[in-house]
Amino acid sequence: MTTAGRRTFEETLRRPRHGEGAWPGRHRNRGPADAALLLIGACFVLPLLWLVFGSLDAEAGYQTRLPASASLANFTAVLTPELLLRPLWNSLLLSAGTASVTLVAAVLAAYPLSRFESRFNRPFMYSILCGTCLPVTAIMVPVYGLFVQLRLLDSQLATVLFMAATALPMAIWMTKNFMDAVPVSLEEAAWVDGASGLTALRAVVLPLMRQGLGVVFIFVFIQTWGNFFVPFILLLSPSKQPASVSIFSFFGQHGAIAYGQLAAFSILYSVPVLVLYVLVARGAGGSFALSGAMKG
Amino acid sequence: MVERKTVRQQLRLLPVLPSVLLILVFLAAPILWSFHASFTNAALTGRNARNPAWTGVENYVRLLGDAAFPASVVLTVVFVVASAVVGQNMLGLLIAGLMTRARKPVAAVVGTAVVAAWVLPEIVAAFAAYAYFSKDGTLNQVLGGAGVAGADWLYAYPMVAVVLANIWRGTAFSMLVYRAALADVPQDISEAALMDGAAGWQRLVFITLPLIRSSIATNLMLVTLQTLAVFTLIWVMTAGGPSSASTTLPVLAYQEAFKFGDIGYGTAIASVLIVLGLVFGIAYVRLLRGDKR
Repeated sequence: MTTAGRRTFEETLRRPRHGEGAWPGRHRNRGPADAALLLIGACFVLPLLWLVFGSLDAEAGYQTRLPASASLANFTAVLTPELLLRPLWNSLLLSAGTASVTLVAAVLAAYPLSRFESRFNRPFMYSILCGTCLPVTAIMVPVYGLFVQLRLLDSQLATVLFMAATALPMAIWMTKNFMDAVPVSLEEAAWVDGASGLTALRAVVLPLMRQGLGVVFIFVFIQTWGNFFVPFILLLSPSKQPASVSIFSFFGQHGAIAYGQLAAFSILYSVPVLVLYVLVARGAGGSFALSGAMKG
Repeated sequence: MVERKTVRQQLRLLPVLPSVLLILVFLAAPILWSFHASFTNAALTGRNARNPAWTGVENYVRLLGDAAFPASVVLTVVFVVASAVVGQNMLGLLIAGLMTRARKPVAAVVGTAVVAAWVLPEIVAAFAAYAYFSKDGTLNQVLGGAGVAGADWLYAYPMVAVVLANIWRGTAFSMLVYRAALADVPQDISEAALMDGAAGWQRLVFITLPLIRSSIATNLMLVTLQTLAVFTLIWVMTAGGPSSASTTLPVLAYQEAFKFGDIGYGTAIASVLIVLGLVFGIAYVRLLRGDKR
């Protein structure tokens, strides 16, 4: 397939080119593509409609229907400290904690990897890349066993450190790529002035890669905020559990009756990550974030 | 002098230490412990929880003899192939391709809709999918509106429901990868082919796909791994049931370890999954390395 493709490519290069106007594609009809896309888009929106309509409907079921009378009763019903506020606070603690630990460790690790040649660099980066492929759900049974042995179960700090460890491979990979994009010449000037490596990192490199650091922080924050399985296994007392787990208990206890409240709870819990995602996508561009992750 | 230089070079690597420690303690240790525990009869509670006995390959022999394990492997393969390799990957490529032809605002709106399902916390996406496929859910409403009799999807066709839900949830990733890849395909190449009278599918097969083949390989690898690890979606929608009709390997490992309290058997399943992940990981690294040469 490759050789066939290349031959076509070379042959086409040999042909003399016609004028631009002769190219039919420029005037091609965009209608079919638009229609097909809109149909696909509708299929993707459909499952989300229930969340929106249901949250506003005091008598919601699993059917999607416009509420007879829109009310915020569901929202006020779940907006209690016990049900929503404390779990959200726990989510914030876990996510901000994990993102901070990950970012600090990733920046420290990325600096020597990006700046100094060493025999250690290549194998380390390849193991890191391999680590990004580890299915985290697969290691939850052994992690639970390990936490029992070390008496770390039900500890928010240990959960944060574990989630930071799972996020680190990707974070180091992204941070190093962003750091590689900062020219070394600027730091060399700082070194000549007598600054140590870490001073140069703090004063010169980090301010120049602020945007990349923001992407990594938000990336880890969103991932932790949405994580259900890890806190579900590692945190036992309801007072320490994040919203992802408490919403699941709520669903188990009331899911069969309070559909509307479940939808309202889901929306309140989702809004922070939606806002953060829009921030990243607007500010830095989705492809920018992706380039940090995908570049080899 | 030479010695001092190497010492200083090694000191430069010191900042890597926190990351290495975190990864060793929280990732490498559980993996090693998993392989160890899978050779014991470790249990969640009781005598075997405190003093697990070495039982050799018994758990693995049991895996092969137990009808649940091969069935679960088959379900996992079906789930990964249908929802990731075929579903997310192809649909992502299709959407990205259509976006290059469609009007800009249409592409932006549809892109947002696709990404929304992906950005939502997984448990919320799982609830939405549960409501959508439930007996009086949106899907049956739509089908009823079209005059087609619906079904109780989560009980009658649990695999169909979780596969479709995972396609809905994860296609955004493939779409983003392929949008970036297609944006890098030089315009004049396909223009030239167009003038030569190449039909749409010919341009796709002979020009576009070979040009983005490294993106395709990377994407296939990553969506496969992500899908292999899916737990929450299936757990909320069907809990692996009815009976075990949608019990993929992560769900089976969870059930054996936490529902039946058999940590040893659960870690044996987990070990199989870890090995699978490592094999894919190594293949992925080789692929990227091969690309660079």
